[in-house]
Amino acid sequence: MMEEPIIRAEGISRRFGGFVALREVSLSFRSGELASIIGPNGAGKSTLFNILSGSLAPTDGRILFEGNDVTGLPQHRFVHAGISKSFQITNVFPQLSVHENVRVAAQAMVAGKNFWSRRSRLIETDETARALLVEVGLEGVARRRAGELAHGQQRALEIAMAMACEPRLLLLDEPTAGMSPEETKDMVQLIEGLARSRTVILVEHKMKMVLGISQRVIVLHHGELLADGTPDQIRNDANVKRVYLGQGRH
Amino acid sequence: MKSTAVATPSMWERMDPRRLMGGVSQHRVLASAAVLAVLPLLVPYPALAINVLIYGLFAAGFNLVFGYTGLLSLGHAALFGTGAYGCGIAIAVLGLPWYAAILVGLVFSTVSAALIGGLAIRTRGVYFGMVTLALAQCLYFLFYQWVSVTGGESGLRGVMVPSIDIGPIHLDLFDPVQKYYFLLAFVVLALMAFSRILDSPFGAVIEGIRENENRARASGYNVWFLKWMSFVLSGLFCGLAGALNAIHLGVVSIDSLFYTTSGTVVMMVLLGGMGTFFGPFVGAAAFLSLEDITANWTSHWQLIAGLVFIACVRFFPRGIWGSILARLRA
Ligand SMILES: Nc1ncnc2c1ncn2[C@@H]1O[C@H](COP(=O)(O)OP(=O)(O)O)[C@@H](O)[C@H]1O
Ligand SMILES: [Mg+2]
Repeated sequence: MMEEPIIRAEGISRRFGGFVALREVSLSFRSGELASIIGPNGAGKSTLFNILSGSLAPTDGRILFEGNDVTGLPQHRFVHAGISKSFQITNVFPQLSVHENVRVAAQAMVAGKNFWSRRSRLIETDETARALLVEVGLEGVARRRAGELAHGQQRALEIAMAMACEPRLLLLDEPTAGMSPEETKDMVQLIEGLARSRTVILVEHKMKMVLGISQRVIVLHHGELLADGTPDQIRNDANVKRVYLGQGRH
Repeated sequence: MKSTAVATPSMWERMDPRRLMGGVSQHRVLASAAVLAVLPLLVPYPALAINVLIYGLFAAGFNLVFGYTGLLSLGHAALFGTGAYGCGIAIAVLGLPWYAAILVGLVFSTVSAALIGGLAIRTRGVYFGMVTLALAQCLYFLFYQWVSVTGGESGLRGVMVPSIDIGPIHLDLFDPVQKYYFLLAFVVLALMAFSRILDSPFGAVIEGIRENENRARASGYNVWFLKWMSFVLSGLFCGLAGALNAIHLGVVSIDSLFYTTSGTVVMMVLLGGMGTFFGPFVGAAAFLSLEDITANWTSHWQLIAGLVFIACVRFFPRGIWGSILARLRA
């Protein structure tokens, strides 16, 4: 018998008014996989991520997470189920300290029963936050305001925040967007580390990086699934070459 | 020897404003209570101090929604006003004792907050302001029309609490100073509760919602519920302020529900400093003093208040207390 996929999208469509951003996309991911989704701008990658992470409901189709139908649940239920996402455009709490950003994110998982206790009693969230900041290399700037950080550091902070709920499925939307080559290298290392103990799906534009780190690559084009295979298969896929690789980097 | 020198801060270090500020914010309730306790000595007459106390509490309650959660409600008169009417009706119509009347006021204001918040929170930004304003005006007309109980346009009269007896303590509320300290006891209790709320995980996450609602949602928070909870808690504080005002004045005027009251509390919080613990009291003091001074020599005091307000927001966007805090912490 085949292993139950961690997440399965069945016939997902999403329309914005008359515009079809996703058309009957069916996909599933194995637990522990490191996969990437690529495709030209406007292909529907972020839309698919928003649907997989519960911030957007599909117009049609179903989402099954670990075998349970989660379609249409509010986003916070997705997070509590074990799905977490980082945004394509950096999204932090700019006026709060770096530490507080991660602490607030971590607190979401324990706050239910302790919602009115004193913050200082929630020692475990403090420690979770500190450990995550060490993991992404931001422990040195923990007391600065998040809004003051350099772009690359804010991206790393976002990953720490996405990790704070201890997700089993992590969706990273263009984590290296706007990063320098050095920052990108650090981020790749970080992502590879994270992928060792959970399922990670990336949306990325940096083709070399995608083909280098992913076990599996999925190509979206005009809201439809164009190709799905190993990096080697994708490199040699005639359709992909025609619509995407041939045009150079996006 | 060396270690004691390190452990004990020098006189100079102790006077360091940043260190001082750290201590003050750690004991913010105590510090606020201390300032409010001497307030009657600082203002020309006790009635002004009483108004600062009551409107400061009202502004603090509004600040929970506006300054901490980031929701600009333009309907907070509804929470203050229903708190006042609840308390007033309990005393003047039902003949309940003052402590039960305050509870009735809190029930009125909390139910109003739950309803208004429940209907408005799905909307965002300017629409949130407009929906809260419209719902508050609905309540205003309801109380305006309900003449048999509320007295309608002429207000609710006969909210008489001449004296308070708690065990051996006897307070004469005709004495403004005794009345001030009676009201202060409630305000200090409310500030303790307020500080405790800010200290909780809830207090941390509402600031996150103010900063970035989408991020809070993506972190696993039920943002709608948290905003609603903030609104409801705000209803408790604003309603208490209204109830105390009813006891203070002995009447409840229909203006307490009118939209101008909602505008006043927005100005007070902006003047004092949104999202600061003591700012609402500073803002209330500034606003009421300005009203007091200008109303003596011109009938256009609102024009003057408006100009001062615009200047303040333009040059001190953090508000009076917010600017002082930023200075001291820098
Ligand atoms: N909220 C929205 N309203 C209307 N159109 C949208 C919305 N979100 C995305 N789209 C459209 O859907 C298409 C896919 O967008 P997106 O998923 O962001 O693409 P990608 O991430 O692959 O660049 C684009 O044409 C975009 O303009
Ligand atoms: Mg995108």
